[in-house]
Order: sequence, then structure tokens, then C-alpha cells
Amino acid sequence: MTSVWPLLTLCRASAQPLSGWCVLNLTPYIPILFMLAIVVITAVAMLGLSHGLGLLIGTRHKTPVKQSPYESGMPVLGDARERFSVKFYLVAMLFILFDIETVFMMPWAVAFQQMVADRLFLLVEMLVFVFILAIGYLYVWKRGALQWD
Amino acid sequence: MTPELKGFVLVAVVKTAAVFTFLMLLVAYSTLLERWIASWMQDRIGPNRAGPKGLFQPIADGLKNLLKEEVIPDGANKVFFVIAPAISLMAALIIPLTIPWAAPIPLEFDMTLPVLGRFVHHGATPATVTVLPIGFLWVLAISSVGVYGIALGGWASNNKYSLLGGLRATAQMVSYEVAMGLSVIPVLLLVGNVSFVEIVSVQQQGPFSWLALPLALSAFIFLVSGFAETNRVPFDMPEAESELVAGYHTEYSAMKFSAFMIGEFTGMVTISMMFVTLFLGGWDIPFTHWDEAGGMLQVVATAGVFFVKMLFFLFLFMWIRWTLPRFRYDQLMALGWKIFIPMGLAYILYIAVALWLVDGPLGAASTALRFGLLFLFNIPVLVLVFRVLDRGRLIRGVSVHLPASASRPARAV
Repeated sequence: MTSVWPLLTLCRASAQPLSGWCVLNLTPYIPILFMLAIVVITAVAMLGLSHGLGLLIGTRHKTPVKQSPYESGMPVLGDARERFSVKFYLVAMLFILFDIETVFMMPWAVAFQQMVADRLFLLVEMLVFVFILAIGYLYVWKRGALQWD
Repeated sequence: MTPELKGFVLVAVVKTAAVFTFLMLLVAYSTLLERWIASWMQDRIGPNRAGPKGLFQPIADGLKNLLKEEVIPDGANKVFFVIAPAISLMAALIIPLTIPWAAPIPLEFDMTLPVLGRFVHHGATPATVTVLPIGFLWVLAISSVGVYGIALGGWASNNKYSLLGGLRATAQMVSYEVAMGLSVIPVLLLVGNVSFVEIVSVQQQGPFSWLALPLALSAFIFLVSGFAETNRVPFDMPEAESELVAGYHTEYSAMKFSAFMIGEFTGMVTISMMFVTLFLGGWDIPFTHWDEAGGMLQVVATAGVFFVKMLFFLFLFMWIRWTLPRFRYDQLMALGWKIFIPMGLAYILYIAVALWLVDGPLGAASTALRFGLLFLFNIPVLVLVFRVLDRGRLIRGVSVHLPASASRPARAV
């Protein structure tokens, strides 16, 4: 299966210690392309059909009141794109930091199971990493970045 | 193209179409299920007009939403307003592709079609649309894409409720994604592979080798994060109707609203499937090795078992909706950032040390012994978390501790 579609696979032919080892085998992603196509067609069909049928059969009455943003029946005050709490930006930044830690831990976890002989070394490495992470985490906590009031 | 590749593509097309149809039907009927369960729990009559027992209700709802008038509010960014529900829907629907739902399907054919040529398939095909080498990282990666739909929809509506709902939803989903990512790392530690197929096969090795036992705290964090990721009660902050009307989809009508709903329900289905696969053995039938032998009967039986397990979690989502009140927003963020993240990190290290001890000095030979020892390691952690640290404050929710005199039953006069 790997070498039949040269466009989608980057396999090393042979020789070298890594004989037959695929650098990047994209064949498993072919079904994902199908699903992507189905899903895009579904989304376009659903929204398009709704729009088309609404034009054909449905009633459309545009009134200024109906077109105005909903504010519990009161007249609209100003624009909705106002300033909002800086907390949301903080959460976004902290998310990037911590999500990268998570992603970093995944290969470590896989290696931990497979490299049985080096487990103590891997364990100490991760302890050091988490210790540094914990210092940053405590700093963020003490500065009140996790506090919502 | 060789006949083998053509056979693979043909099988892939059939499986994709089947999974897509099944997902759409399941999602449509889970909306009905939700309304049935709601009516049952509130002791009232649920939907019963469209068809026998209201069985055609999802179809009626779909048709109604197709014909509804679309309202796009003034000042809304039209492009993003239309794209947002589509993103939400598409991202949700391509996630469950990689989850195996049954034992491998035996499939042998060698046929020649008039124009297309020869198709060959030998051996068994896995009962999932595709087996990706990145395994469940695909699920984690694509589930982040769904955030774009909600954030864009909230922002594009030009409505203050929508904007706040979208912001809250984004912050919440992003926060719990970290917790969820941390909670699956112990699974990697134990299995040593990201592939779903491997994860399921590890859990088939013994009667008690479902990962929910040796990784109990991970399972708990994953389930709670899953509720938060899908914006379900008790974490339905983005749609808190008493504060934000309907949150990010306040301004949405007709099929665009349906698209958001389908996205949300598909999210629930995905989380249920993920939990079953990661922690409850996937399609494994416990206490028997009969299901691993292969053959068509096994495929049907294992698919049924997987479906039942998944339905239980769908039911749990709806059960909890009518059981627990909503969190406050600061409590929600504190639970994610101050409790689950440090707890997840500490648990990863704990499991790593436990694994090193079990495989090294303790020298457990069999899988059953390894998992049993790991479960023993979990008992002090569970006691620590639920009895000592929690003390009935958070996990048991808003229990009010009445004074002794108040809890005495009233005497009949």
C-alpha cells in the first residue's frame, strides 16, 4: 500500500538501516479527504438550501426593529464590539504556553513506555521540566492571572 | 492505481458514507432523546405529535429550520456570520473518523467493474474510517478548530450577548483543552502509542484492564473536561440563558442555528466515543476473548457493545443536565486552571513513578498484575482528591450542610 502512490508517500526504497520505513505515508489520510468533501458539501447544501428555500417559499419582511441586534427589547445602545476584559487575552496566552507543555509531554510519554531501560533518566528529566513549569505556574497564580473577580 | 489501492479507496468511500450517515442520524435522534429524557425527568409529556411517540420530530425540526426566515442583524459581518456555523459543523463532523467502533471487519473481494477496472481487497479492514498514525492527536487537534466557529459567530453577530458568550466559550474551551490534554498523557504512558487501535488492544488483555481503573483520576478529569469542552451543563456558561439570552448563537436563526446545534451534539457524541475508547475498552466485550477472534458475528456484537457504552455517556450528558445547577464563571475557570491543571501534572508524574516502580523494582510480569498494582497506586490518590482535598465542596456540588436540628424530620402534629 505504501509505494503504490508516489504522490502521497515519501518512503525510503531500501538500503540504509531504515529499509522500508516510511518517512511520511499519507495513504491513511485519503479517507479524510472524502469525509472533508462530504462535510463541506453538507454544510454548503444545508446553509444554501435554507437560504434558497427561504427566498422561494418563506416570508421575508425586513423591518428596522427586526434587523437590529437583540438587546432584550430595549433600543440598541452603541456598538457591540466594545472593549472587554483583558482577562480573556491572558487566558489565551496562558493557553498557548500550557498547551505547548502538553504537546511536549506527549512524545515523552510514548518514549517512556518504549525505552524501558532509560526510565529513571526520563523520569528525572520530566521532574526537572515540571519543576521549572511549576515555578512559572506559581508566579502566574501569585500575580493573579488566574483570578476572576 | 493498482487494484489494491482501488480496493482500499472503494472500502474507504463506503465506510466514510456509512459513518457520516450514522453520525447524522445519531445526532438527529439524540436531540429527540434529550427532549424525551427532559420530559421524563420533569414528569411531563415530551414531544409526541410528529409520528408515533414523536419519532419524526427531528425530521420535522429539520424541515422547519430549513423554511424559517433568516435574519442577519444590521452591522453584522455577513461573511463571518455565515461561515461560523459552517466551521462549527464541519470541524465537529470530521473528528469521529478515527475512532474504532468494532472489531476489524473481514473483507475479501476481487472484482472487475466495467469502466473502473479491477478492485482487490484482502484480509480485514479496521472498523473505523481510517487508522491515522497520529491516532487521537487528530481528535485533540481538530477539536480546537471548533473554537473558531464559536468565537467568530459570537464576534460577527454585532450583539453584546453574542460577543460575551463567544468570549466565554472560547476561554472555557481553551482552558479545558489543556486539562483534557494533560489527562490523556497517562494513557500514553501506559500504552506507549497514540493509535486508537493500540489503545483498545491493550485494554483487551485481561478482565480488569480497562484503563478507567489503573488511571482513575485521568478518566475523571477527562470526563469533566469533556463536559466543559462541549459547553454542557454544569458548564454551559456560554449559553447561560439567565445572563446571556442564548450566548454566541443569540442572533442565529434557521439552518445556521441548526448547524451550531449539530456541532454541539456531535461534540457530545465524540466525547462519549473518546471516553469509551480511551478508558472503557472501546469495543471490547469484558470477560471474554471471543470478540477478538474476528468474523462477522464478532463485528456486529462488538459494534453493539460500543454503541451501548456510548449511549450510556450520551444519557449521562442529559442526566447531568437536569441534575446539577450551573457553575459561576470564576468557579469554572478556577476549576480548570487551579485544580485540574496542577492535578493533571502531578498525576502524570505520579503515574510515571508508579510505572517505573511496577516495571522495575516490583517487576510485575503479567498485564493483569501491572494494572492491578497501578490501581492500588490509585487508591491513595483518589482518597486524597475526593476525601481530603475536596471535602465535599466541589465534587459534590452545592450541597448545603444543614445544622443537626434542621435535618431532623418534622414531627407530625
